[in-house]
Amino acid sequence: MAAATNGGREVVIEARGVEVGFGDRLVLKGADLDVYRGEILGFVGGSGAGKSVLMRTIIGLIKKRSGTIKVFGSDLDALGDDERRAIERRWGVLFQQGALFSSLTVMENLQFTVRENLKLPQRLMDELAVAKLEMVGLDASVCRKYPSELSGGMTKRVSLARALALDPEIVFLDEPTSGLDPIGAGDFDTLIATLQRTLGLTVYMVTHDLDSLSTVCDRIAVLFDGKVIAAGTMETMLKSEHPWMKEYFRGKRARAAMGARAAALPASSG
Amino acid sequence: MKNGQFLRENLQGDRLALTGAGVWTAADARALEAQIDRLGRSHPAVKSVTIDMAPVERLDTFGAWLLERLVRAFEARGGKVEVTGLKADYRGLIDEMRAVKLDDLDRRRGGTPLSYALSSIGENIVSVGHSFVAIVNMFGALVTAILRVLKRPLSFRMTSLIHQVDMVAWRAVPIVLLITFLIGCIIAQQGLFHFRKFGADVYVVDMVGILVLRELGVLIVCIMVAGRSGSAYTAELGSMKMREEIDALQTMGFDPIEVLVLPRILALIIGVPILTFIGSMAALYGGGLVCWLYGGIAPDIFLSRLKESIALNTFEVGMIKAPFMALVIGVVACVEGLAVKGSAESLGRQTTASVVEAIFLVIVMDGLFAIFFASIGM
Repeated sequence: MAAATNGGREVVIEARGVEVGFGDRLVLKGADLDVYRGEILGFVGGSGAGKSVLMRTIIGLIKKRSGTIKVFGSDLDALGDDERRAIERRWGVLFQQGALFSSLTVMENLQFTVRENLKLPQRLMDELAVAKLEMVGLDASVCRKYPSELSGGMTKRVSLARALALDPEIVFLDEPTSGLDPIGAGDFDTLIATLQRTLGLTVYMVTHDLDSLSTVCDRIAVLFDGKVIAAGTMETMLKSEHPWMKEYFRGKRARAAMGARAAALPASSG
Repeated sequence: MKNGQFLRENLQGDRLALTGAGVWTAADARALEAQIDRLGRSHPAVKSVTIDMAPVERLDTFGAWLLERLVRAFEARGGKVEVTGLKADYRGLIDEMRAVKLDDLDRRRGGTPLSYALSSIGENIVSVGHSFVAIVNMFGALVTAILRVLKRPLSFRMTSLIHQVDMVAWRAVPIVLLITFLIGCIIAQQGLFHFRKFGADVYVVDMVGILVLRELGVLIVCIMVAGRSGSAYTAELGSMKMREEIDALQTMGFDPIEVLVLPRILALIIGVPILTFIGSMAALYGGGLVCWLYGGIAPDIFLSRLKESIALNTFEVGMIKAPFMALVIGVVACVEGLAVKGSAESLGRQTTASVVEAIFLVIVMDGLFAIFFASIGM
């Protein structure tokens, strides 16, 4: 697999002209996006703009009408079932509501993909599950709990541990901090940044959280009217003159969230 | 697996030098583990171990954990372990693994099968006790709800009651008719077949009449209702509980028992006697039909024989039982529904429990009623 490079950085996800529609409504109208290896990409857009749709299209949960998506340099449409599954094993997904299997304990949730894919001895799987739990800031005491017995923050952490079960190279996070209190959300951001460094992950994060965007994201991509209208660092975002981005990054809430950083730039007129 | 694929050994006296090699990732974890465990058990006399990880190309959590396991194995025997040559990228991962505590995990594995079996018997007995208490609680809550409704009759949910009667009684008529009709036919056919041997054909009418009116009509209907409506109640209330709808009702100042449970149980108390009556008639009709076509007992003979063999109290015995059975089915279904916890599996478990418990209690009640009616001479 010859992965494309761009300015010396390896592109792990390359989406070109992705169109997705439901009925006669076109949600994505030719979205282009590059995600580089080892970065944390924050993906933003208005509610209902199709942020999650692009993520779900990349991981294959939604069919696209046209366009190509390459992951690790291979076109997902051109792959056979086995090759596709091999690629799927290299990414992990954290769903918005956690999507933990409610009939399995935390331990069994974490071991599910490992058990199916690797056929490891039970002892090793148990130990690794505990190791993963500790990596996400929990401990062995939650092992025997069922998802319904976990708090919102714990559910997110266990889901993240499950997404990391097979040591993926990419993790997709769908609004990881939604539903968490500001402290919990901040902790979760730190956790993502730490894990990204420790495991060398590429993180694709759909988010609304301006704090996450400004603290952990290396790059930000903006979806507006079905297209990715900008991608770059927070500084680039702050300089943009696009009306929606101006409102989003330099509006009242954004100024409150980013404080000093936004204040350093010329204030928005809108 | 080739020996020494991941670690090469070099033993000098009580010092062991290990050199890592290859790729230590999830895909090879199985083979790696085998080698690590073998190494961990061998060389009992080793005092100091160095592990050179420089040649290892790639390391993930699986590899890092197995390295940590090897380190712990040597350390547990009092050896000194030094890991060298680790790439800076992996430092954080190794530190994470160092911090992993397995204490809780080991404790969990401590139980023997016998203690597990005993504890699960104990847990089950306790849970039977809990569900008995829950049923008694529900009776109490129901009575207070009825008293409250009697004080303010306008607050009673008539629409809900009628909707529930429609669901549990009216819509159940076809299936109840069909099943009781068939049961009537089968009893008559079996009776005729065996009674004929000693020329007692005509007593089949007595048997069908008494059996259907006293016992079978109400039992079959109750079992049907427990499976059909009891399970539906549990599932409805359970999914409302799961989605916090019941909590929402409570915060708005409504009593869930009054709003949800009372109309459902009243609907059963109204519906089950009606279904029992319809079902008993269908069974008698089926029995009569078989007596005529298969046993040669003409309908007018069947009817006059039936009139002689049964009295009004035979019919009453069946009908008196019906509302009590309905109450038990309804209470069990609602208790189990409200006991649902957050998960989908819990919903399934409670629904099963609801049907099984309801049928069991219906049959137990039937036995108690039999003793009661016998002692008052009905």
